[in-house]
Amino acid sequence: MKVIRCPLNGPRNAEEFVYGGDVLAEPDAEATAREWSRYVFMEDNSSGVVDEWWCHAPSSYWFIARRDRSRDEFIATCTVSDYFAAAGQP
Amino acid sequence: MSTADRLPPPWGQLIDRDRALEFEFDGRRYSGYAGDTLSSALAANSRWIMSRSFKYHRPRGSASFAGWDANSYVQVGGEPNVPGDLLPLEAGLAATPQNVLGSLDRDFASATRFLKRFLPVGFYYRAFFRPRGAWKWWEPLFRSAAGLGRIDTAAPRRGYFDKQHLFTDVAVVGAGPAGLSAAIAAAEGGADVLLAEESPVLGGSLNYARFGRTPGRVAGLRDELLARVTGNANVRVLAGTTCSGWFADNWLSLHTRARLYKVRAGRVVLAAGSVEQPAVFGNNDIPGVMTGSAAQRLMRLYGVRPGNRAAVVTSNEDGEDVAKDLIDAGVDVVAVFDLRAGGLRRLKALPESGGRHVKGIAVTHADGRPETVGCDLIVTSVGYAPLGQLACHDGGRLEYDNGIHAFRIGNCPSGGDTAGSVNHIYELDAVLSDGAAAGDYAVGALNGRNPVRMKVEDPMAGSANHPYPIYPHPDGNEYVDFDEDQTIADLINAVGDGFGHPELAKRYSTAAMGPSQGRMSATNAMRIVSRANGGNNAGQRITTQRPPFRPAPMGVLAGRGIEPERLTAMHDWHAVHDAAFAPAGLWRRPAYYGPGREQCVRREVAAIRRRVGLIDVSTLGGLEIRGPDAAEFLERFYTFAYRKQPLGRTRYVLMTGDTGAIIDDGVAARLGDEHFYVTTTTAGSDTVYRTMLRRNAQWRLRVDIANVTSGLAAMNIAGPLARAVISRLDADIDFSKEAFPYLGVRRGRIMDIPVLAMRVGFVGELSYELHAPASRALELWEALLRAGREQDVHAVGVEAQRVLRLEKGHIIVGQDTDGLTHPGEADMSWAVARRKPYFVGRAAIACFGGQPLLRRLVGFELPVDIGGLPDECNLVLRGETIAGRVTSIAHSAELEKNIGLAYVHPDDAAPGSTIVIKRSDGARLKGAVVTLPFLDPSGARQEL
Repeated sequence: MKVIRCPLNGPRNAEEFVYGGDVLAEPDAEATAREWSRYVFMEDNSSGVVDEWWCHAPSSYWFIARRDRSRDEFIATCTVSDYFAAAGQP
Repeated sequence: MSTADRLPPPWGQLIDRDRALEFEFDGRRYSGYAGDTLSSALAANSRWIMSRSFKYHRPRGSASFAGWDANSYVQVGGEPNVPGDLLPLEAGLAATPQNVLGSLDRDFASATRFLKRFLPVGFYYRAFFRPRGAWKWWEPLFRSAAGLGRIDTAAPRRGYFDKQHLFTDVAVVGAGPAGLSAAIAAAEGGADVLLAEESPVLGGSLNYARFGRTPGRVAGLRDELLARVTGNANVRVLAGTTCSGWFADNWLSLHTRARLYKVRAGRVVLAAGSVEQPAVFGNNDIPGVMTGSAAQRLMRLYGVRPGNRAAVVTSNEDGEDVAKDLIDAGVDVVAVFDLRAGGLRRLKALPESGGRHVKGIAVTHADGRPETVGCDLIVTSVGYAPLGQLACHDGGRLEYDNGIHAFRIGNCPSGGDTAGSVNHIYELDAVLSDGAAAGDYAVGALNGRNPVRMKVEDPMAGSANHPYPIYPHPDGNEYVDFDEDQTIADLINAVGDGFGHPELAKRYSTAAMGPSQGRMSATNAMRIVSRANGGNNAGQRITTQRPPFRPAPMGVLAGRGIEPERLTAMHDWHAVHDAAFAPAGLWRRPAYYGPGREQCVRREVAAIRRRVGLIDVSTLGGLEIRGPDAAEFLERFYTFAYRKQPLGRTRYVLMTGDTGAIIDDGVAARLGDEHFYVTTTTAGSDTVYRTMLRRNAQWRLRVDIANVTSGLAAMNIAGPLARAVISRLDADIDFSKEAFPYLGVRRGRIMDIPVLAMRVGFVGELSYELHAPASRALELWEALLRAGREQDVHAVGVEAQRVLRLEKGHIIVGQDTDGLTHPGEADMSWAVARRKPYFVGRAAIACFGGQPLLRRLVGFELPVDIGGLPDECNLVLRGETIAGRVTSIAHSAELEKNIGLAYVHPDDAAPGSTIVIKRSDGARLKGAVVTLPFLDPSGARQEL
């Protein structure tokens, strides 16, 4: 079983975590129905490195993980605030 | 063939000659010693046949005495497939052979061997499907012939199974010379070490091998290494424990016969050793033919003489060691056939009549000279296969190396290392160095240094393995795979039938698919298939290895299940008062109180409609939302509007997802400008809480969210007399209609218990929902019951509550909605604040708004005299097409009607429309759509 490094709880077994999908920007208020339906229903499921939402279920703690899907490897994890601060959206 | 007398010490170092044990096999009584396995004790009694083979029912005995083949699998009581090679002898042990028709010695089904040429490889894929339907006739026959052992469901449980989690810096798998030396190096380097060994005894080959290349070196070495292991507090030894899987990030599964260990290791050193491979020749499967290490195990470990007249077939130095050991043990070595010097053209074991044991060996030398020698033992030493399977569970590969004529481990998991003979290192000092190097390397890697793994090589490695120890014989019966009775011809036929790829050849022929998973057959099978394909083995991989490495008892896998269960603060009270419990998520809720479901539910419904009842609603989720953006958060999270919600008031909350579907509901109580208390459904609390935290992380509002579900208990006192009851308690809350109107929320104390009181309308009567600390809730519950004695207050279960809310037409999320229900379908558009710029699901709901509805949830009535209610989920038909389904249904004694909720076609949703419901018995019932609610449309009762 994989070990995932939770920014709050440290390394924990993968079975304690819940996957929350890609980090995606929600369409804005003026977005068309088509843009919304793409956001809601289409998962790119792309290979390679992606940023994903993960939750440590026992503590209900959400964080962001950068993962290499083709190698099934967690590259790094960080808090949500650090992630968006780094992205210039504090 | 009399070996009843054991060899004198130091032979038989594992047995305790002072403790004789009586046991039973196949209905006969035998005697062995403590320290024996079932196999060794039977061998000591000259009982060589332990089973019949799977397909042809040939007599079989252990070929490895280490559990590598499945020949020693026996049935012990209700437990099938116990490896006799690994089963410690106990007094009173009673085992029976498997796959026997008739008796072990005279098996009727062994006649199938005469049909052998009619049962070619892949035969049931080809032969039994024509004419059409023929398989139906054949299948029961095959089913009864297939499988090993018998599962006896009536057998008593074999003890107690459990699970344990372990953590270690370094896990060493295998306690032979390499594993011991790795464990010592790692432990002396300061690491915590877990040393797992499948055998109950540590030492591996040090216990039985001669190590003739370094004479005298092995003497005393085992004791010296064991002293260093057991003397080191850093080492935890798990003997008699099999490592059956190596998963991502060094997660190991280990098991004994009754316990599963889940181990997380910083580093893993795989020192599992290697399996001596059999040579393939005519009758190589019959009792009396075994590998050299099997004979050595019998003699050195158990003091059992493997035979009286031995022929040795060898291609390496270990064969010479075995011959010397046999001579030392007083066995008459009548012939040594060296396969290196010119080799042999033909090789065949000669069976006794009945095929139950070896009586000789017939060879044709390279020069064409035939030779037949009488013997009762044939030992073979032709090479090894590394036990690298565990490494393959997490990405490793076993690839054939023509330089050493064996598989090598490649791409070992990054957190792991291999040491000893899995690395084709056999010379004793080289093995010890390799183990120590692996242990040092593990410590270095753990300490974050970038250590260099010292490379150890055994220059003689290539000579250990015969490149092609396979001797086809015109008479056939050269078994490549003992589990599945696969011969050379079977594999060649598989290639001929077009299944030449190793993975296909394996599946088509079933070679290496039996319980021993190819440990003694995959190497030879690959060599045969590769040659039949015209190849030279180069780059061939072993077929995919999957966990478990060894079969584990089902009890070990099942173990003790721990089902978490949530009980409310009033649970014991409910139990004492005869509650029938119903599961709700992890909770157990009282369904009704007392014997007789129908009358109890009717009585409880009447209590609330006529007088007063008390319902335990602790299972509802409770969430505290605090902070300057608390109202803004609810505005975004729920569909309704909360910014202007007045203090001291509750408001309905409806949660939709991004798809616009209804996910949860509850109420929000505004306790302050920046403070809300929100309830969720019983099943929804964890999901809603988790989703709230996710949204909060996403939106980054100034809000703090706390899940207080477990800290609070809740109860709902409901009915026209509820006020009369609650007012009798000493409280600082004014429960009067004027001071505390419908939908109000008040905080205060009842009898010094802090409570949050809400007037809610779920059951449609005057009611106060009281949320109080779980530690004091029972006190409050009992006080209310005492206070209401005069009003004949009743405890009311969840079933009555469901009828009550149905009469009011209130939906239950998850029962009356499904994963697609949006507010428009459930007539909940009133709870959607369309003017809000944003809430989760708004975009999707706006899209639905522009489209015609596909279905609608409506209330309906059925006549009373229909002879039985439909069930929930019965279909609503429109002509012959399915228009929807019933989601809730009940008989309302109050209304003297059958009422329910159902999805119907939008054209049938208007009150007065007729719908057709197909009951479970097929009857079609006509119902009438009515306006909701069924009861008290003005709401006068709840606003009392």
